[in-house]
Amino acid sequence: MSGSRMRLLSHRNVGLLLLSGGGGPSARPLTSPPVCSSSPARALSSLSATRRGLPKEKMSENGMSRAKVLTIDTMNPTVKKVEYAVRGPIVQRAVELERELSEGMKKPFAEVIKANIGDAHAMGQQPITFFRQVLALCSYPELLSDSIFPEDAKNRACRILNSCGGNSLGAYSASQGIESVRQDVARYIERRDGGVPCDPDNIYLTTGASDGIVTMLKLLVCGEGAGRTGVMISIPQYPLYSAALAELGAVQINYYLNEEKCWSLDISELQRALNEARRYCNPRALCIINPGNPTGQVQSRQCIEDVIRFAAKERLFLMADEVYQDNVYAEGCQFHSFKKVLFEMGPEYSESVELASFHSTSKCYMGECGFRGGYMEIINMDDEVKAQLTKLLSVRLCPPVPGQALMDLVVNPPQPGEPSYERFISERTATLSALAEKAKLTEQVLNTVEGIRCNPVQGAMYSFPRITIPEKAIKEATDVGQQPDMFYCMKMLEETGICLVPGSGFGQKDGTYHFRMTILPPKDKLKILLNKVQEFHQKFTQQYS
Amino acid sequence: MSVLQEISSNVKNMKQLEYSALARRLKQIKEDLRQGVRKPFKEVIDVSWGDPHRGGMKPLTFVRQVLAACLYPQLLIDNKLPVDVRRRAQKLLDGCAGRSVGSYSATGGIPEILQRVSEFISRRDGGVPSDPENIFICCGSQWALTRILNVLVNAEAAFTTGVLAPASCHRTTTLSIEGLGGVVIPYYLSEEQGWELQVEELQRALESAEGACNPIALYVINPGNPAGHVQSRRSMQEVIRFASEKRLFLLADEVYQGCIYGEKEFVSYKRVLAEMGPPLSDTVELASFHSASKGFMGECGLRGGYVELVNLDPAVQKYIYNLFTTDSCAPLLGQIALDLMTNPPLPGDPSYFQFDQETQHIKSTVVKNVKKVCEAVNGLQGFSCQGVEGGAFAFPRIHLPAKAIQKAKDVGMQPDTFYCLKLLEEAGVLASPGSEFGQKEGTFHIRFCILIPHDVLEELLRRLTHFHSQFMKDFS
Repeated sequence: MSGSRMRLLSHRNVGLLLLSGGGGPSARPLTSPPVCSSSPARALSSLSATRRGLPKEKMSENGMSRAKVLTIDTMNPTVKKVEYAVRGPIVQRAVELERELSEGMKKPFAEVIKANIGDAHAMGQQPITFFRQVLALCSYPELLSDSIFPEDAKNRACRILNSCGGNSLGAYSASQGIESVRQDVARYIERRDGGVPCDPDNIYLTTGASDGIVTMLKLLVCGEGAGRTGVMISIPQYPLYSAALAELGAVQINYYLNEEKCWSLDISELQRALNEARRYCNPRALCIINPGNPTGQVQSRQCIEDVIRFAAKERLFLMADEVYQDNVYAEGCQFHSFKKVLFEMGPEYSESVELASFHSTSKCYMGECGFRGGYMEIINMDDEVKAQLTKLLSVRLCPPVPGQALMDLVVNPPQPGEPSYERFISERTATLSALAEKAKLTEQVLNTVEGIRCNPVQGAMYSFPRITIPEKAIKEATDVGQQPDMFYCMKMLEETGICLVPGSGFGQKDGTYHFRMTILPPKDKLKILLNKVQEFHQKFTQQYS
Repeated sequence: MSVLQEISSNVKNMKQLEYSALARRLKQIKEDLRQGVRKPFKEVIDVSWGDPHRGGMKPLTFVRQVLAACLYPQLLIDNKLPVDVRRRAQKLLDGCAGRSVGSYSATGGIPEILQRVSEFISRRDGGVPSDPENIFICCGSQWALTRILNVLVNAEAAFTTGVLAPASCHRTTTLSIEGLGGVVIPYYLSEEQGWELQVEELQRALESAEGACNPIALYVINPGNPAGHVQSRRSMQEVIRFASEKRLFLLADEVYQGCIYGEKEFVSYKRVLAEMGPPLSDTVELASFHSASKGFMGECGLRGGYVELVNLDPAVQKYIYNLFTTDSCAPLLGQIALDLMTNPPLPGDPSYFQFDQETQHIKSTVVKNVKKVCEAVNGLQGFSCQGVEGGAFAFPRIHLPAKAIQKAKDVGMQPDTFYCLKLLEEAGVLASPGSEFGQKEGTFHIRFCILIPHDVLEELLRRLTHFHSQFMKDFS
């Protein structure tokens, strides 16, 4: 090995990592550390003989020891900090339990219920018939001659195929997305926002909303030391944000939502977080999820205006994650898009505040997570920066075309008078009202349990109740190196088969504990689940009293 | 002043695509044609992408029938679709949560599909075992590659991470490396020897990087893109030995493995590695990439690709898994496309006859195309083409006259971009300039997709021949 070649096999990489610089406090860890006692689904124990990559040193022909090129010391250190609790250790354990059940092992439960992930179809929600008909027609256009499909579905399919290269869903699209779909998205946004204009050039189709969010963060994270980009995110938050910030080596700036006030957002808290962060980083963006995940709160219009004013005053790029925009249940709550409010505040704001809003085909009444469809709308972005964004997006070529086609249908659903309209409306209404019922049911049942306090589920798809964990349990958890709510959730999983995500995966005020549970299972099943949770909590509290 | 004036330097360092200028012009020309403006051509032949469907190739019937049935399971109720299509759709839906292709799947992919992909790999490699735990299905092979590069490229180390990549390489890979804060160390394939990869050139490239960056990986494309060479076993063994000796992580982009035209056979890096035996077979770290976008499938828009990891440190692989969890999962239709690609209809199945006809037609079309292209191009003055052994493209060399080179410089363009722009404007053919991919200094090339219907290719060649002769005359 040539002596002049640098070989960074030492811990040097790790030392260079901390970018919050200036000795300031680094981001508070939000997620629970990897649990020693649970083994990942990609179980090391399942190393077969084919797995030749055992971490022993191998002697090469000339007798020198053979360490690997890519080790935990040489790998990109920021990747080591990436955690995504929604698919984390507890889920991996749930998958193992499923496997064990299917192999006939006896358990205190008949099935594992994955109430950890916002996957509506997995829990039995039915897709919208019209959407699937059009997509089937697009996939296999021979079906256009089949009479089981209504005329409007056929027309729609033809329109979509005409906008695809070679009239096929299998051709790449432009990396910004199919132009006619972007135009349809723009018109949808205009209708939704009471006529506020939308330029299709500002619309970017994405691979789920996550792709858009991560791309924007990639674009704006820069700087060194005390000048390193800081991004404000709510606590609790959807852990894609913390994972992306960790991977990019950005500084995570936490602002706490107010649990006592139904998870509302206080501007004073935003200001506090920002002022403190300015001491050790360069805050440049503010992320807000509305309706919220995991908390489900729907921000009032006043609050949205206040946030916009704050972003304008402090010169922050606003990222509005609005994927749950149709999932609003509580009386008196209404979805207000950031874009609409921004424009209604007049040119002083609408011409200067830089905003990206995100939407997706995964939630709302569609629940089509597996299509990875989404879009983002970018307001007031500099042309030069847009060119850079385009460059960045081109690396992943294009978003899945079926997802783009689906998004086109979502923003352009059947209209009154069209053959599929009645069915579409009844399916959509049924799904959304079922969700509203389940949101209420969840809040009600959980609040009857001593030691569980659940805020109203105003929107989205989750409850995020606060749980009281006895001191004894906290101690035992700490002894085994687990966050107390992970300890609680793991026990619940093992005893009831119910898989939830501990609050530590989303972030919470120190000394408080929560779990996130979806409201997605069918009503009857949900009732049973909630009762089991209640029973478990009582048992657990007693056991550790 | 915009908040975003200041953006990531990694992103700024990603080189702008030559393609964007051509794409803008394409848009204008298409608009002109739509409005009835007279041009020397009625429509544009766009062969700038490795996109068979865009070029006019048809999707495979079996694949699309299964997808339709999975999307709209009502189709399973009547008997209009062949029984093997219905059976396959049922089986696939059984593997989907809630029996819907709208659910998320497990992070690496639907377990049953991963199992079948691993069996395909093992069959392909003459029995070399493949473990589904080492396979991750992603939103396209480039997405998977970017994820692996994410782990390899350390943007914060004192020395920039370097990745050896062919000098003529498709842009998405080089953009990924640059976007992550790494640097590309180009190695030149030997055009005169049919774009062969010579290990001495790898050595030269590595030495050129000494002191400038920290080389950590070697990226090879086999069959090649844009150059359509297929590596010999011996060459692959040399590459493996080189990677081992120089302590490089091997990244093998094998998405064109289904596109082979000449006598050479495709053999995977994994197989060659396994057959070289220990210690190499136990130690060389390898990631191989495949996709449903190319070959007979051509399903680029479905975004189905995978990476198989070999000999990785399990501790690192655990982190790779965590990284993939943040993507949730690959699109279900893309996963299904991979399943169908790796497990097509078999002789005796009801759909086999049509499937076989369709794939044979594609194969014979492309073989014809390759022959025609080489004949046509090599017959022209100022144009030469190496044999296309595999892949989706022809990458002929244009010997541009000095006058043309000067004119290009005068208008601030790369000479081959200038050629491509004129080709587009005057002949309605959109090809990609060699400068987009990188090439030896002073040489110029164009790349165009040959996975297109034969009549489209003939029209393309007709226009190209006419244009080229005129161009050479005008600039002589």
